[in-house]
Amino acid sequence: MINVSRFLTMGNADPVEHSDIPVLPFDQFRSDVVGAIADGLRLGALTARAESDHSVRIYAVLLDDLTGLIHAASATTPHGSFPSLTPDCPQAHLFEREITEQLGVEPRGHPWLKPVRFHAAYSGRPQPWAGPDGAPPLIGVTDYFRVEGDEVHEVAVGPVHAGIIEPGHFRFQCHGEEVFHLEISLGYQHRGIERRLLGGPDRRTIHYFETLAGDTTVGHTMAYCHAVEALIGLHAPARAQALRGIALELERLANHVGDLGALAGDVGFLPTAAYCGRLRGDFLNMTAAMCGSRFGRDLVRPGGVVFDLEPEQVGALTSRLADAERDTASAVNLLWNTPSVMARLEDTGRLERGTAESIGLVGPAARACGISRDVRHDFPSGIYQFSHLPVSTWGTGDVFARAYVRWLEIQQSIRFIREQLQVLPGGPCIAEVGPLPPGRFVVSLIEGWRGEICHIATTGPDGAFAHYKVIDPSFHNWFGLALALRGQQISDFPLCNKSFNLSYSGHDL
Amino acid sequence: MIDTAVQVVLLLVMPPLLLGVITKTKAAIAGRVGAPLLQPYHDIIKLLRKGSVLSRTTTWVFLAGPAVTCAAVLLAGLLVPMGGQPAPIRFAGDLILFAYLLALGRFFTTIAALDTGSSFEGMGAAREVTFACLAEPALFFGLLALARLTEGLSLSAFFGPGVASAWVDAAPSMVLVLAGLFIVLLAENSRIPFDDPNTHLELTMIHEVMVLDHGGPALGTVLYGAAVKLFVLSSLVARLAVPMETGQPLLRWPVFIASVLMVAVVIGLVESTMARLRLLHVPNLLVGACLLTGFGFILLLGSPR
Repeated sequence: MINVSRFLTMGNADPVEHSDIPVLPFDQFRSDVVGAIADGLRLGALTARAESDHSVRIYAVLLDDLTGLIHAASATTPHGSFPSLTPDCPQAHLFEREITEQLGVEPRGHPWLKPVRFHAAYSGRPQPWAGPDGAPPLIGVTDYFRVEGDEVHEVAVGPVHAGIIEPGHFRFQCHGEEVFHLEISLGYQHRGIERRLLGGPDRRTIHYFETLAGDTTVGHTMAYCHAVEALIGLHAPARAQALRGIALELERLANHVGDLGALAGDVGFLPTAAYCGRLRGDFLNMTAAMCGSRFGRDLVRPGGVVFDLEPEQVGALTSRLADAERDTASAVNLLWNTPSVMARLEDTGRLERGTAESIGLVGPAARACGISRDVRHDFPSGIYQFSHLPVSTWGTGDVFARAYVRWLEIQQSIRFIREQLQVLPGGPCIAEVGPLPPGRFVVSLIEGWRGEICHIATTGPDGAFAHYKVIDPSFHNWFGLALALRGQQISDFPLCNKSFNLSYSGHDL
Repeated sequence: MIDTAVQVVLLLVMPPLLLGVITKTKAAIAGRVGAPLLQPYHDIIKLLRKGSVLSRTTTWVFLAGPAVTCAAVLLAGLLVPMGGQPAPIRFAGDLILFAYLLALGRFFTTIAALDTGSSFEGMGAAREVTFACLAEPALFFGLLALARLTEGLSLSAFFGPGVASAWVDAAPSMVLVLAGLFIVLLAENSRIPFDDPNTHLELTMIHEVMVLDHGGPALGTVLYGAAVKLFVLSSLVARLAVPMETGQPLLRWPVFIASVLMVAVVIGLVESTMARLRLLHVPNLLVGACLLTGFGFILLLGSPR
């Protein structure tokens, strides 16, 4: 029996009074969180805000995939330090580093306390790794895990890469071609989005979400809009919810198809690489047909969607979808039918299910380890409350599984969009949005194409955002990539990396 | 004399065209227009006109790498008979010189890579020499089989007029040798399934990663040298596959050019239809090539020649 008796329970996009969130003694908070996670809950977020000059309040948001319930609790800790959760709960590892970086408080006993994004503390307090002048180190300048010994060598890749991708730094400890350990250091894309959201929403807010992770525009704007609408107590019109669902699934389709093409490109398999490159464009163009932007910008807004679909557009989209479905099937099935491709995908970058569960993996990467975890199914909101999608899983946890789960999801998403286009509800597509009520707290979850997007909004006494936390799925999954590389060939890293295809900007915020 | 001149001109001018043909074939299979056939020439000329930046950690070895490699493969090209004509330079046992000129070129490419001190280039060099060790026996077994078939001791004899009668006398051996040498051709020239010349992923590269630090004229020389190597090995494979004796001196060179371009098309087809091997599995395929040419040789041992 999972003990969450001391937590406040809520649903997805189901606001509560901020004052109702229990404040536990820290030791109680720590043991409750560690215990609940050991019993099968998942750490959706561990985040902190400065309460006063002297204390920091830490919030834990636990997710129960089986019941679809969200449990929240908090604890205050005086400035300085608190006992780290990480030794008993690996999922807290990066969250605690983030808290330390943002507020300058130290989790005592954290096994790997290092900067996440290499910015100065919000509070102005010195971080444990700060130099004598209190300034943070240059991005990427930190101690890395090193393997010592004869014939062990270190390979450093990035932040400048040979391809046109985002910047990140990767340190491999290798023995010949075999990788013993990979450490990933990011932060090059940090823009300070969370801090700019404070005091909002204002006219800029929605644009921050649209560009938070450029390939997840619809996902993040939907998470934000669900949060705002929930805080206000507004229900977006049914037509808007259906259109949002279509846009979200089109985003998933474009990225999944693009990923399968890129995987084919990485193993040097030309046909699928070439055709999927074009098909990704077809799906992006369908999004453009909805709103004029291939990446779904300016479509989703609090209250609904800005662009409606005319009947003839519905017909055109349906037929374009059928064409793309046929072409995608023939391009992607080539992958599974080509032995030289399968030899590369199978047994490469395997992640065990137990490992994936203990580090809290999300999205297709988790489903590829056989974990049935999908926000659309477990925490349905918006259109997904009415129209259900099966969870696509595969058990092998290797690059093949991550590719194959994408293919399964492509088929489900196409079916979902076709159904939605057939039964598109009538009525308006946007509703009037009022001001935010003060002192509310909401957790908004969306299954973006990369996995679970979690937004946590807290409004202050004036109704403005007093705290806004964004957790991109990449934040959970980068560590999974590092673990998947252990014992692998270093030459397979690009393939493993592509099979996760994580966001640097979504992580760096 | 004229044939020698034609061979030298072809050796100097034709190699980049093969790269263009491979690229064009791959583009056609993928349904794209692709880069112009002559693009590799433009690329090399562009690189030769550029300046270059040299790392302070490098020495003269870094620049000697491309120069020696290019010279070695050009010299190797002069040992190879093209168009069924004896090679410009030939002597008994020149196959040994041929194999080790290729090895010399590789040696200088790898030490130039090590000279940079980059961990990437070190990995690439290690991969290159490991796979070369396995490709070499395949080449030698193939040449041995040809030596037995043609009863000669020079490349000019192996790939001369005797090839056609060898097909008549020992077709099974010739098929095995041809297949083995084609695999060696793919491996030596870093083509798929061994390496992907178009990848931008530095951790997976073999040949490309060794020349990451070369730029400008040095990189142009590297590209040209690699094209020459591809041309030289392709001309051997082409001769084995199309041992046509027209008897017409005027037709000899067109047939040769067409057969070499055909090899390039076949390389393009291979690259369009299969993925790269895992690096771990590359030695398996190379050992397979050794077995093919080795069996080609063994089959001949019993034959009463």
